[in-house]
Amino acid sequence: MTKHIRAAVTAFVLLTIITGVIYPLLTTGFGQVLFPYQANGSLIERDGVVVGSALIGQITDDPAYFWWRPSAVNAMQGGSPEALISSGASNQGWTSATLAEQVAARAEAIRSANNLAADTPIPPDLLFASASGLDPHISPEAAALQVARVAEARDLEVSQVEALVAQYTEAPQLLVLGQPRVNVLLLNLALDDIQ
Amino acid sequence: MSGLEFVQVVLFFGLLIACTPLLGGYMARVFQGQRTPLTFALRPAEHAFYRVMGVKTDDEQDWKAYAGAVIAFTLIGFAFLFVLQLIQGALPLNPAGLGNVEPFLAFNTATSFVTNTNWQSYGGETTLSYLTQSIGLAVQNFVSAATGIAVVIAVTRGLAGRTGKLLGNFWVDLVRATLYVLLPLSLALALVLISQGVVQNLNAPVAAVTLSGETQMLPGGPAASQIAIKQLGTNGGGFFNVNSAHPFENPTPLSNLLQLLSILLIPAALTYTYGVLVGSRRQGWTIFAAMLILFVVGLSVMLLAEYTPNPVVGGLVSLEGKELRFGITNSVLWGAATTAASNGSVNSMISSYSPAAGGIALLNIVLGEIIFGGVGAGLYGMLIFVLLTVFLAGLMVGRSPEYLGKKVEAGEIKMAIMAVLLPSAAILLFTAIGVTTEAGLSSRANAGPHGFTEIMYAFASGAGNNGSAFAGLNANTPFYNLLIGISMWIGRFGVIVPVLAIAGSMAGKRVAPQSVGTFPTDSPLFVLLLIAVILIVGALTFFPALALGPIVEQFLALNVRAF
Repeated sequence: MTKHIRAAVTAFVLLTIITGVIYPLLTTGFGQVLFPYQANGSLIERDGVVVGSALIGQITDDPAYFWWRPSAVNAMQGGSPEALISSGASNQGWTSATLAEQVAARAEAIRSANNLAADTPIPPDLLFASASGLDPHISPEAAALQVARVAEARDLEVSQVEALVAQYTEAPQLLVLGQPRVNVLLLNLALDDIQ
Repeated sequence: MSGLEFVQVVLFFGLLIACTPLLGGYMARVFQGQRTPLTFALRPAEHAFYRVMGVKTDDEQDWKAYAGAVIAFTLIGFAFLFVLQLIQGALPLNPAGLGNVEPFLAFNTATSFVTNTNWQSYGGETTLSYLTQSIGLAVQNFVSAATGIAVVIAVTRGLAGRTGKLLGNFWVDLVRATLYVLLPLSLALALVLISQGVVQNLNAPVAAVTLSGETQMLPGGPAASQIAIKQLGTNGGGFFNVNSAHPFENPTPLSNLLQLLSILLIPAALTYTYGVLVGSRRQGWTIFAAMLILFVVGLSVMLLAEYTPNPVVGGLVSLEGKELRFGITNSVLWGAATTAASNGSVNSMISSYSPAAGGIALLNIVLGEIIFGGVGAGLYGMLIFVLLTVFLAGLMVGRSPEYLGKKVEAGEIKMAIMAVLLPSAAILLFTAIGVTTEAGLSSRANAGPHGFTEIMYAFASGAGNNGSAFAGLNANTPFYNLLIGISMWIGRFGVIVPVLAIAGSMAGKRVAPQSVGTFPTDSPLFVLLLIAVILIVGALTFFPALALGPIVEQFLALNVRAF
């Protein structure tokens, strides 16, 4: 029995040191040396100020910017500026009346903001909240739907904005993985940069 | 589903099948103490471990000593993790200044990680300090997985054994599984994940000024190292609240594919290791084939259901709770893989899936986490069904049941039945308590049959040691923290102890020579019989409960009924 306990305790201590201390520190060291930008959160700076992460969505209702997908965590926390430190989804199921109302309300808001006819189909990524509440991407269709609004608010040619959208549309990774998508923060910053 | 997405699914299965013999063969060498390419670098460390622990590699244990060692090691890990959470507020490496964890939550979380469940009642970035995550959770991610591998290796030795009643030495298997299998794979995966954008630092949250001029707090932390092992060890406990849906945990389609592969990698490869150790690779591939068929059938139903428009929200294909970089196909593939493999991570919200797809996810869990299953746990769970199949086939044709040349007798079947019944009873009885008490009902996020599914899923996830959540349920209450915690203990040791007992009794049996009366257990017919037994046992046990939840909800949704 004492043999058991000695083995159990020493095994636990040694394995804790190796897997709980050495392993994460070694990974941190390698990561910071090999991929410092990614390891620190893919942060984007403008004039020395961090304006966000290329991987994390934001919230805006400014017509001059492309909008992100709806975020359940933002809605739950009343749109507070600190909201995005945590992540979350609505977890509403298929038969949820709340979800059906939210989707209808979002469709209405997008139609009126973009001057769309009542029967224009809207890409589903703009109607449904993401899993993380922080999705950095929208579909190329969701970007195309917002081009006219953004161009008008910024006094730009539609073709100019369309060219930027095309430039910031990422193709499937390694040709076969994922689907085409637009990084909204990078696109919005590029818009700011040309003005 | 587009042609491109179909290619992605095929690519995933191709990689999984290709990796199975490679890693499986390597693990067979590791656990027989043979030389491997890493032996040169790791043997000195391995032997230093044994010296400090006072363990000799040839000091083999019988099943009771082996089970005792597993239990002792698990309890020490539990005690440490429990206390660590209770006092984390006073300890270093806590840049966000998080407080102590309350006892019910600490009990649940400690249980969850030592049983390889990794159910999370807490929100990662807002509850646990970097210290707790690193020397508490991450350690259990390794050692609870290594424990599962050790147990299945011991069970294999018992079934294959030709020389008496001993099953090997738990401490040696534990050290080898950690040093030779889990650590090297995790380090390599973590570095690739960092290259894709997974964070790995010790920084406090960074305040960013957003486009609309507000402050956005961007979290940091040693995430990549924990995520690598959470997938490889079929743990699934995320660094951040939304787990692998968080862009800092799973930023690109490539990181998604690699994590998916890591989830099924070791459980699949262990079937090959098993084949090598019992001296017949065909026995291993037979089990692999049964797992793969069950997986592909479930996945197909889930994909079909998820691409069906939801009439309740105006006939749209739902993207609720899904990330755009994964899309529907890769979200569903993840949902299928994680529920089959007892890996609780999510890259999309199962609660927002169509009822049929969520129902298959639940079915994957209640079948006993044997479709690949947890590392080690999946295979020893499957071996229980193999023995039941052998027994039933023997009854049907009047042959005396044998497996690998050894007689399967009443004692083994009693233990096998116990291992099937204990977790199932925990799921059904606790669900019954949950849906009939105010403490259980008040945590639901959805009304109607969906609320029933939330509760049943939570207990299934606990007893299956899965950890995946139908996340609408607010499980962070004393009621759920306690009951789900208990179901995790039942699901872990209610299977480990009986299965080691079976191994112990099989180990000492004489091997009978093959004859015309021997029922072959490495044929396509056996694969079919095995699948049939699994589905019949699962259906008889859980069909009534599933009918009250996902099945009725799917019909209601198609009739545009909302709650």
